[in-house]
Amino acid sequence: MGEWIEACGSDDVEEEDVIRFDHAGRVFAIYRSPDDEYFATDGLCTHEHVSLADGLVMDEIIECPKHNGRFNYKTGEAKGAPVCVNLRTYRVKVEGGAVFVEV
Amino acid sequence: MSKHFVIVGAGEAGARAAMALREQGFDGDVTLVGGETHLPYERPPLSKDGMVAEVFAAKTIATAERLVDAGVAFRGGVTVAGIDRAGKRLEMKGGSTLPYDKLLLATGASPRRLAGVEGERIVYLRTIEDAQRLRGALGPGRHIAIIGGGFIGLELAASARARGAEVTLIEALPRLLSRGVPAGIAARIQARHLAGGVRLVFGDPIAAIESAAVSARVTLESGMCIEADMVLIGIGAAPNVALAEAAGLTVVNGIAVDERLQTTDADIFAAGDCCSFPLAIYGGRRVRLESWRNAQDQGNLAARNMLSAGEVGASVPWFWSDQYELTLQIAGLADEGALTVERELAEGSILFHLSADGRLVAASGIGVGNAVAKDIRLAEMLIGRRARPDMAALGDPGVRLKVLLSQGELA
Ligand SMILES: Cc1cc2nc3c(=O)[nH]c(=O)nc-3n(C[C@H](O)[C@H](O)[C@H](O)COP(=O)(O)OP(=O)(O)OC[C@H]3O[C@@H](n4cnc5c(N)ncnc54)[C@H](O)[C@@H]3O)c2cc1C
Ligand code: FES
Repeated sequence: MGEWIEACGSDDVEEEDVIRFDHAGRVFAIYRSPDDEYFATDGLCTHEHVSLADGLVMDEIIECPKHNGRFNYKTGEAKGAPVCVNLRTYRVKVEGGAVFVEV
Repeated sequence: MSKHFVIVGAGEAGARAAMALREQGFDGDVTLVGGETHLPYERPPLSKDGMVAEVFAAKTIATAERLVDAGVAFRGGVTVAGIDRAGKRLEMKGGSTLPYDKLLLATGASPRRLAGVEGERIVYLRTIEDAQRLRGALGPGRHIAIIGGGFIGLELAASARARGAEVTLIEALPRLLSRGVPAGIAARIQARHLAGGVRLVFGDPIAAIESAAVSARVTLESGMCIEADMVLIGIGAAPNVALAEAAGLTVVNGIAVDERLQTTDADIFAAGDCCSFPLAIYGGRRVRLESWRNAQDQGNLAARNMLSAGEVGASVPWFWSDQYELTLQIAGLADEGALTVERELAEGSILFHLSADGRLVAASGIGVGNAVAKDIRLAEMLIGRRARPDMAALGDPGVRLKVLLSQGELA
């Protein structure tokens, strides 16, 4: 079991969007889906370690800003070239208007 | 009997096509023939991180293990010398032959050469070997002369400065990047190179380039002389069409294919830098792209169509370049535009190009890191949908482009 860390306010992320969260030297990406659920993955692309938070979220896909590698941010699955290594995902909960990530 | 699909050229397009054939469920034989001895590798890093990194490491597209797992027979270091279309087999350099049922030509492009300029101190940049030679010539106290202010030359200039080398870049025209990049963005890139300490020389044609054992000399028509440890020539690339031409396939600035990537022989396809194709979004205008994503997209499309999908390409051209902390991204072809609107972002700016009738046809952005990436991606989708977004909204950074995209769906 990991530790629950407060990442951001629930309003800090727009619907169908993503923000970056840095914690203890690690980079995470926090997503809010179009149906208002929150998710978290590793924040750096598995291709060239670019911050995914500059990328575009569409439905359940995050697209890397650098070369458009795509991942399903709910499962972490890499959706094809140039990315072939999945993203790690983390459990998320929303409490009192804040988003917590289990790191 | 099981079918045999052969791919000539193990670069971005060829390697992607080989993997895509399997992803699409093809259960025949796949052979990927590559003239280079390396496993398929990415070229973009050769002028960027690969040039700057302490230790050079090629970025492979597919490891040996992945190729084996996918059941792709990779034959590296093998050059195809001819295509016997009637007998449906390839003739290899060295004399052996290889039969095919369907063939994909993904032979890429080669740097344009400056006629008569040869020697140990002259280098072009396309392969791992080229990159390694150049790396050896970069460092404090070294001086590199770059001929050509296109992407390869500019990326190399930035990387050489990062390695502490002196750089003189010589461009025959009055400005950088005159092909495909708007003047305002080229000016921003120019300013960054000047700030970075690159010496730029414009509009002074080359009179001579001499390469000796330890150094080279570039003489310009004005009489200016540049002594350098190495001269990089980056004056564009020409498609590798010799095989196709000898086999009687139609060649028009590249191996001519239709929107399904089929050549004039129904069993032969072509993809990537080597081919020219009609771009549907611009009314079928025939173009040849030298872009990494196009090579991937076409590798995928060729694989599907070798399996008789009959699918028409619908991608919007997309290109990026990294120089210093800046990234440039261009979606679409800017020369299709008649009007422009600019959007200023916190750390970058985007120029939208619209046709006279208000369609978004291209977007060129430059910014720090990935500042422009999201908007360029959304612009690409708008271009693909041939949307006519409101010009005021495009210019207003307060309006999210995603909103325009959903409006486009309603219209
Ligand atoms: C230094 C550099 C930096 C770049 N940076 C960017 C960038 O930032 N952004 C971008 O979008 N694009 C960039 N590009 C362009 C991008 O790399 C190319 O568009 C892409 O590699 C094209 O892929 P391809 O498979 O068509 O051709 P290639 O990658 O050139 O592969 C073709 C392969 O075919 C082989 N071949 C040719 N003829 C034969 C034969 N007869 N028999 C066997 N093998 C043969 C060649 O040896 C080669 O290995 C860059 C290119 C270079 C060189
Ligand atoms: S860095 Fe993410 S796709 Fe290349």
